[in-house]
Parts: sequence; structure tokens; C-alpha cells
Amino acid sequence: MGNKERYARQILLDEFGEAAQEKLLSAKVLVIGAGGLGCPALQYLVAAGVGNIGIVDFDVVDLTNLHRQVIYSMEDIGEFKALAAAQKLNALNPEIQIHSFNLQLTNKNALELISGYDLVLDGSDNFATRYLVNDTCVLLDKPLVYGAVLRFEGQVGVFNMEDNLTKYKTNYRDLFPEPPNSSLTISCNEIGVIGVLPGIIGTMQALEAIKIITGIGQPLCNKIISYNALNNLFYDFEVMPSNISTKLFPTTELEILNFNYDWFCNSIGIQISIDEFDTLRTNEKVTIIDIREKDELPYIDEFSHINIPLSEIETCISQISFENKIVVFCNSGARSFKALNTINKIRPNCISYSLKGGIEEWKKKNTRKIN
Amino acid sequence: MKINIIVFGQLYDMTKVAQFTINEVDNTEQLTQKIMERFPLLSEFKFSMAVNKKIVHGNTILNNEDIVALLPAFSGG
Repeated sequence: MGNKERYARQILLDEFGEAAQEKLLSAKVLVIGAGGLGCPALQYLVAAGVGNIGIVDFDVVDLTNLHRQVIYSMEDIGEFKALAAAQKLNALNPEIQIHSFNLQLTNKNALELISGYDLVLDGSDNFATRYLVNDTCVLLDKPLVYGAVLRFEGQVGVFNMEDNLTKYKTNYRDLFPEPPNSSLTISCNEIGVIGVLPGIIGTMQALEAIKIITGIGQPLCNKIISYNALNNLFYDFEVMPSNISTKLFPTTELEILNFNYDWFCNSIGIQISIDEFDTLRTNEKVTIIDIREKDELPYIDEFSHINIPLSEIETCISQISFENKIVVFCNSGARSFKALNTINKIRPNCISYSLKGGIEEWKKKNTRKIN
Repeated sequence: MKINIIVFGQLYDMTKVAQFTINEVDNTEQLTQKIMERFPLLSEFKFSMAVNKKIVHGNTILNNEDIVALLPAFSGG
């Protein structure tokens, strides 16, 4: 051990001692996102002496980050977060290893990155990354310390780690099998967050990580705590294993590589405008499906498409070969929007859109164009 | 038969109350239906349900004075 004096006040704790400090120094923790949650977590993990810390972030520091990401200063604005954070953290504790990964976590790099660490702390700010981190941690059997914030509320918990009592492991998909509808997904950028809150949740995540590594106390395995900053209410939830979560769950390396997280989290029920549709069909390979009944008007011969009535879509769709992108249309856009759910279930790896306003709107717009 | 409901996160925007009660339901399916009748805007949201602090999957039997929490996912970080 290097400089013991640095850690003297925690080594002093009976439950902690030199043994726990040694465990921290030999631990490897990957922090996803150096934002509101990641920054406070990183500061305490580094200060506590976690020996090897990875920071994943592709974003740059913005003035609107500073009310909650207090590791950064004015001079960091415009700098990459992963690099700026590493510089500050090195100054705080030069005795540990810090690796910056100035990149976006994707299903192409997640397995390799996460496999190099003992534990993952998720401080990301979007559902696609959250599901990717979760699935990768489940596959690689790594404990995941989860945290999320919005407005005045925060959640913290530990996934993929057996608790001594129940002996089962749960994960994010046991809590939230599916992400919210994209139109209702709101982020801190759009709806706000009180600056202190990610500081509280992020440091709770750091503490959970330290408890897991050192084996002290009872980590929040299979549990989520919800904290409301306005009325100081804590509420805990016990997460139970679910077989629902296994339905759309990529469980092998190949399945994770092929799983479209952006689609899964953003476009369940995604609509495409008339202009976007015209651009898409002229520039890319796309399967266009008319889901109206066979005799419905207006008749379309302006672009090639196939006709599968909504009533037959479930039986027909598995027998047809598709491009990676699918656009479905009906007269108004209502039935095609409904059809997306069925198509998404049967073809989870395709990106499917519903034509907004339907073919009637398309006809109107394209007639105007010709005139 | 009285069930106490607590809402979390953005669900509050739809209910405008943090807690309310629903009567005369035997299981979580019936409960969900009654909640949606009372707050139709909630039907657009996905949320997890906990009965007496345990997240439940599928239809679950309810008992008098159970506390049901509705928890939406949020992803801010």
C-alpha cells in the first residue's frame, strides 16, 4: 500500500481497516458517464482509493452542466469530460490509475470495455445506454450500481449481485422490462434537475460500490431506493426476478452485438414524416408495407411496396424477407402506428416506422409538389 | 377493501396527487383498470408496480390496506 496516511480515517473504522483498504486498491471500477451522477461518484471513489478507475464519456463540458457537475470549472467548458475529469481526479489522488475512454459506449465496444473491470457504476443519461450496460453486465456477470435522477427524484440500487438472503440476482430489466415510450421520455436537459440531487444519488452509488468491493454492510442488492428531495421521503422497492424480462433480452455476445438499443429505446412506435419518408425511400433500401385491406383506396403505384393487411400481419410478416428498415402505412397513420408493435415484436432487429398522416397526406403533399 | 396508491416521478404530473385510494379491487389488473378510469392520462405511461414494496410481475392478488407504488423509469444522470 502506498501512502496509508491518506486513507487513515477510513482505515480507523473497525468494519473497514487495512483489509478493506487493500481490497479497494486492487479493485477496478468502470464509471459510465462523467456527468451529474458520474462526477460525484468518481470524486469519492478516487478519494477512497479505488486502485483502477475507468471513465467513459464522449460529451464536452457545457456551462449548463456546472450547477451539478461540480468537478468541472469554467476553464473546462468545451473540454472533453472524460479527459477534464481525469485531470482533476489525478490531482486529487495521484496514487491510483485512472483511464479515460473518450468515446460513446455502444454494443460494439461495451463487452470489451466492461470485461476489464470488476464493477460498473452507471451514471449515463439515456435509456439505450442503461439497457446496454445492464445486458452487458448480466452477460459478463459484473455487479452494476445503478442510479438515475430527474427533477427532485432519484433512484439508486444494485443489480446483478446475489444477496445473502434470497440468493437470486435481478437486473434492470426485472425492474423495467421495457423503456418508456419515446414521446414520453424526458431528460434532465428538457425538464430539469435540482443540482444537489445527482450529488446525493451519485455519492450513494459510490458508497454502494465501496461496500460491494470491501464486503462491508448490506449493499442494495435486488433493491431500489427512491429518494424525493422535496419532502425527504425515502421509499424502497424489492426487485423480483421476472421471466417477462427475458423476452427481448439479448443473452449472448452476438445477440448484444446485434441488438438495436437505439431502436429499442427510441422508436417503439416511431413516426416518420412525409418528407423523411420520401428521403428514406429514395436513398436507402427500405421495405414499404401497405397494411390496408386489399381493396382500399387510394391506389398506390408511385413507389414499390407490398400489401399485408393489418389483420394478417402477425402470420405473414415472419414469412417475408425484409430490408433492415421498414415503413408501414395506412390511410391516416393510425392503423400503421398500431401495426408497429406487432412488427417490432416479430422483427426486433429492424427499424420500423409508421408514415405520419398516412397515404392520404402523402398523396396531398406529392400532388402539390407536381403542381 | 381499500388499496393505498403512491405515485412516483412523472406520474405525478398526470395524477396531481402523490397518494390516493382505490376501493373494491381484488387484484392488480382490476386495480390498474380503476386507476386508468380515474386518471386516463396515465395509460400512456409505462410504470412498474410494487405491492407492499415488492415489485410484482403479472396479475397479483391484493389484500385490504395494501400499499401499491407506481414507479416510472427515468434516465437522467
